[in-house]
Amino acid sequence: MKAFTQHTGLVAPLDRANVDTDQIIPKQFLKSIKRTGFGPNLFDEWRYLDEGKPGQDCSQRPLNKDFVLNQPRYQGASVLLARENFGCGSSREHAPWALEEYGFRTIIAPSFADIFFNNSFKNGLLPIVLKEEEVDALFKQAEATEGYQLTVDLAAQTVTRPDGVQYAFEIDAFRKHCLLNGLDDIGLTLQNADQIRAFEEQHKAKSPWLFGAIK
Amino acid sequence: MAGKTLYDKLWEMHEVKRRDDGSSLIYIDRHILHEVTSPQAFEGLRLANRQPWRIDANIATVDHNVPTTPDRKAGVQAIADETSRIQVQTLDENCDDFGILEFKMNDVRQGIVHVIGPEQGATLPGMTVVCGDSHTSTHGAFGALAHGIGTSEVEHVLATQCLIAKKMKNMQVRVEGKLPFGVTAKDIVLAVIGKIGTAGGTGYALEFAGSAIRDLSMEGRMTICNMAIEAGARVGMVAVDEKTIEYVKGRPYAPSAEQWEQAVAQWRELVSDADAHFDAVIELKAEEIKPQVSWGTSPEMVIAVDERVPDPAAEADPVKRGSIERALKYMGLSANQPVTEIKVDRVFIGSCTNSRIEDLRDAAAVAKGRKVAANVKQALVVPGSGLVKQQAEAEGLDKIFIEAGFEWREPGCSMCLAMNPDKLGSGEHCASTSNRNFEGRQGAGGRTHLVSPGMAAAAAVTGHFVDVRELLN
Ligand code: SF4
Repeated sequence: MKAFTQHTGLVAPLDRANVDTDQIIPKQFLKSIKRTGFGPNLFDEWRYLDEGKPGQDCSQRPLNKDFVLNQPRYQGASVLLARENFGCGSSREHAPWALEEYGFRTIIAPSFADIFFNNSFKNGLLPIVLKEEEVDALFKQAEATEGYQLTVDLAAQTVTRPDGVQYAFEIDAFRKHCLLNGLDDIGLTLQNADQIRAFEEQHKAKSPWLFGAIK
Repeated sequence: MAGKTLYDKLWEMHEVKRRDDGSSLIYIDRHILHEVTSPQAFEGLRLANRQPWRIDANIATVDHNVPTTPDRKAGVQAIADETSRIQVQTLDENCDDFGILEFKMNDVRQGIVHVIGPEQGATLPGMTVVCGDSHTSTHGAFGALAHGIGTSEVEHVLATQCLIAKKMKNMQVRVEGKLPFGVTAKDIVLAVIGKIGTAGGTGYALEFAGSAIRDLSMEGRMTICNMAIEAGARVGMVAVDEKTIEYVKGRPYAPSAEQWEQAVAQWRELVSDADAHFDAVIELKAEEIKPQVSWGTSPEMVIAVDERVPDPAAEADPVKRGSIERALKYMGLSANQPVTEIKVDRVFIGSCTNSRIEDLRDAAAVAKGRKVAANVKQALVVPGSGLVKQQAEAEGLDKIFIEAGFEWREPGCSMCLAMNPDKLGSGEHCASTSNRNFEGRQGAGGRTHLVSPGMAAAAAVTGHFVDVRELLN
């Protein structure tokens, strides 16, 4: 998993409440054998005018010019600004996979759906909860200012506006630790790599036939 | 202090570290991979820029998706279904890239994951064995600690050679006495599930013990451990004895001559101590077990061949009554119907439960000199591996089946879960030697009846369920 320490990036404002995971990544794209490849189908029904099918070349599809992510000024956005209850609906981990692959590193909203919130951390995507009025202020600034950027500092737990105003956010200490160090379950287990290696040596001494038979 | 169970011993042998939250890091000796549950795990490794921890702990094969018809000899390109073909190709590429040993589709060693592990000596007593498939419990027949895992755990094992796990409770299933003639391991395990239910083993590691279990061959013990998961237990085990050691001896990946004695000495310890404590004990008398047939849509809905399908009206519990009614409706059966009156449309002899040489011999003994009944549209025999197929052909079993009107296929999971073209049509009844009779498992609307290989062959040649013992002499 990618570590998250500090990030400065272009903000895309998605001004809708209750965005559910079926809108983030529609169900027809879940059949894949892959954990990647979902980026082009992020927000598929809003982003394109035709009906999305798995395996299409999305670069040839007609775009919905009105959708915020399709506007030229938001190309390359990596901070998603959203409204309350973002990520509600099914538990599909494909939702954070799609957002992450599209290029988002963090989502700022007044509230998130529980499972989506958890899934995001597992995939190196930082969901930040700010107060309703703070999010409102950010929406106003982002829409008014082309090239509007925010800086997120995970260690300091702050979001900094271009004018220097800072908002603080809360985060669970364990999740913060994992994200700062880029640790997933595997990463955490690998922190015990020396112990695993030591165990392996002793295991091999006792049962040498368990090693090297298959090549 | 009480002695230790086999499970306690295996657990201790592999515990790397106890974590603060009460879970443990468990070292994994053998990881078996197949095409369905591994692609995202390999992709996860690549995305995180990780390497497999220990290549020589892994072995792979393709089984779930592969066609079982002879045209597959033309190679992977010949797989008609695109998603199946891509999954098979993806495993091939992943194994090639990472240097993992894989038995590809047309390799004679290819077969169902739970058949090839033991066959190759890649499954050994005292090992921890995992695979992204719930029937990994099969390997416990060797006195190994074996269970299925999910895709994220497949990635975790590839990357760390460990799993995060919590220790389970111990349950002993004792089957004492002598099995009647014509009654097999499959009937024992179906009877156990009928007795304790599909959630009876939840949270437990099951050890099958008693004289009837010791009398079974290794094949029979694998059949029993295979279906531990259908009793709700992720782990099923049988203690090591001379049969275990004899079976392992000389297999390709078994310990070499220099290490053999040392290994055998260690393996002989893999039994539960006489004073070991079990949290639960279930007892069955072998003499009382008859050939079993499942009638419903859950493996616990099983009765003896001489019984009648249950009557919901006789069930006082409204929840149970409802599930009997639903199952009867789905299965197209009526209350109190004798099992022997159920006609079969297709027969499937195969799957990781019953596709080993002994299973094929049992079925062939019934098929010999008989013909598949006119009302049976298809009777499939699908060996568990290329080597099982070869052995069966050397014994002439293929000829017996073909002469009787069975189709003799290439190895794979086949009609066990219908991911390849072998499927039931809607409403069709199938006598199947597999392990799950859930709605739609063998094809949408299909009606599965779980039976032993001999019982399946008997249904094939008579066109309905019948006590196999009437056909054996
Ligand atoms: S034979 Fe059936 S149960 Fe066994 S591994 Fe294959 S699909 Fe799963």
